[in-house]
Amino acid sequence: MQSVIRTHLESVSSHSCYATELSFINSSTRRRSPPEWIMKTFCSVWLLLSLVELRPALPVSQETPLACRGPADPALQQPETPEEMDTTGDLEPTHYPARRAATVALHYLNTRHGSPYRVFGLQQVHKASAEDVAAGGRKYSLDFSVTTSPSGSAGPALRCSAEVLFPRTERHTPPDVQLNCEALQQLNSTAEDEAFYQKYITPDSAVSAQYLPDSYGNMSEDMQPFWRLARVAASFIMLRESSENTEFNMAQVASITQQESSEKQLMLDYVVLLHDLPSQEIIQWKLLASWSPDSGVRVLQMEWQPRCPHATKPPN
Amino acid sequence: MKGLLVLSALFVAVFGKLTFEGDQVFRITAKDAEQIALLKELPEEMLGLDFWMPPSRASLPVDVHVPFHSLQAVRAHLAYHQIPYRVMIENVQALLNAEQRQMVQHRNFPRSTDDFVYTTYHDLDSIKGFMDMLVAENPNMVSKIEIGKSYEGRPLDVLKFSTGESRPGIWIDTGIHSREWITTASAIWFAKKIVTDYGRDPILTDVLNNYDIFLDITANPDGYAYTHSNDRMWRKTRKPNPGSSCVGVDPNRNWEIGFGGPGASSNPCSQTYHGPSVHSESEVKAIVDFVTSHGNLKTFVSIHSYSQMLLYPYGYTSTAAQDQAELHELARKSITALESLYNTAYTYGSVITTIYQADGITIDWTYAQGIKYSYTFELRDTGFYGFLLPADQIVPTAEETWLALMAIMEHTRNNPY
Repeated sequence: MQSVIRTHLESVSSHSCYATELSFINSSTRRRSPPEWIMKTFCSVWLLLSLVELRPALPVSQETPLACRGPADPALQQPETPEEMDTTGDLEPTHYPARRAATVALHYLNTRHGSPYRVFGLQQVHKASAEDVAAGGRKYSLDFSVTTSPSGSAGPALRCSAEVLFPRTERHTPPDVQLNCEALQQLNSTAEDEAFYQKYITPDSAVSAQYLPDSYGNMSEDMQPFWRLARVAASFIMLRESSENTEFNMAQVASITQQESSEKQLMLDYVVLLHDLPSQEIIQWKLLASWSPDSGVRVLQMEWQPRCPHATKPPN
Repeated sequence: MKGLLVLSALFVAVFGKLTFEGDQVFRITAKDAEQIALLKELPEEMLGLDFWMPPSRASLPVDVHVPFHSLQAVRAHLAYHQIPYRVMIENVQALLNAEQRQMVQHRNFPRSTDDFVYTTYHDLDSIKGFMDMLVAENPNMVSKIEIGKSYEGRPLDVLKFSTGESRPGIWIDTGIHSREWITTASAIWFAKKIVTDYGRDPILTDVLNNYDIFLDITANPDGYAYTHSNDRMWRKTRKPNPGSSCVGVDPNRNWEIGFGGPGASSNPCSQTYHGPSVHSESEVKAIVDFVTSHGNLKTFVSIHSYSQMLLYPYGYTSTAAQDQAELHELARKSITALESLYNTAYTYGSVITTIYQADGITIDWTYAQGIKYSYTFELRDTGFYGFLLPADQIVPTAEETWLALMAIMEHTRNNPY
């Protein structure tokens, strides 16, 4: 029986579809020698758990959805309306072309300056214009404000200007961003970032959690910096995947598992759910991110995870 | 082998429990007597389980407080035996003090709509209970109408607020996209607000003395149930698509206006799949039939989330709606009222310019039927929490949105057509 289970576990873990493995490791596990009845209990439950893995598609609360959901077909991406497409010169700041470009600039800003205690959000687009460029692409010029979390709308808004170039190529090429925000140079690593780093860089730190926030929007205070780090790391992906036909936000952190620290970097394995507004799709990515106060956030690996065996490619 | 290590770590922590941090409360709905028996077999003491509602009959839910260290084991047991359940409380520590615990226990059995907890998200059973209580408490003003059945056979219920016969009507729906929980939660608050303010607020009283208000709280109950049981991010209906493993149709692309255009998808796996034909979804057809047979609706508001926008037709074409100027100005007034409460910034404009091209949408159709004041809201937030808006924002969101709705209803009242 054991060998059957083991073989099946191995085959399940190599399945390309999103697996339902859960790990809830309390970072403060205590060590006591377990009495015999505990050993018996966990042996039987382990067996049960293994048997659970024999059927990865079981609908357990909040786990792999039964419904297969393919990625948005790029051919059916929301097209621009003729007038919005052809508009050169001034754009209406509250309309989507300006907002999508500003969102791209925001993702860029987060990749550069985001941290566990600093995530930027788009507050408002003040002015925007667009022009076609010779090489075949569209360049947006933007004047906008961003908020910082934590502190959100209570804190001061930063004024930014940016140029976002969307190349028009056969296969998707990430947009190019030039960005300038006031007082950005004065924003350095906060005391909270440092304290967070010191707390979790210790060798036995093994933070692990799922579904941040939960269905009800709740998240413990302890997990919020990890969520913010995910948001920053996800910004690398969102930036790369963006086009004039997308508008990404991070919908949820499906899981976070701290890996062994390497070269003084916190190493975090994330599975994040991104939401694209025009297509309304939820797209799942697995990524490995590193962070330290000095190096900032870096994404070392990223992998699109189709939520369905037959799905073939991400939107772009 | 990794699973073994995980579990050993968990079980080593058995005697280490000092707080309720990470504990959860499950609501288990056993399918039959056999499953009830399986639940009774759970080693309660060993796992530290505390049954708030113990297993008795298959028709009654079983509520159980599961300590953090036993979560894995209990989940495994339920999954292995295919016993449906959902997580009712994600972290018990947060609800530890006695007053809050009482609130939680009452949440299961509120005795009146004054007892009802508006600061949390509710499931279908709870919402049904709320609606029935509201009707019972206000028999002269509130009634419940069934306008049809969902694909899975759930009643599609609408609350009617009326103080007289044969009045023109104002329609508000929420939850047509099931993952947009804040819309459904706000509607529950609106319902209570209406009965509270009638006879107290002069404008609302005047509106209700001349118009009926129809409130469809869960326009897509199948999807809503699914967001509780399986996938919090589910948007569409739950009708299977023949020849595809993908389920569901986007109920806001299924209407007969610009149907099948580029602002919707023909791929059943897509979140914006328009469906095999116009009004193919019973959830949509029910509203279509209601609107046509009523024949005298003057305002139609379909509420979504997120993005913080107030939108008017069209979504399927960039041609301006005939009443664009008036709709735009009313949107401006409405948003000004909304923002006055908590400074929540909204943008407004036509669907196609402000958010994206969308074909076969509700308000394009209702507008084409002659319902001039056709609006869609996108409630909080702008992407920070997105669909997973914390429950402590429910009441503020409902309060500010109500001001916007009042502006629209007041304008309707003062501009009959």
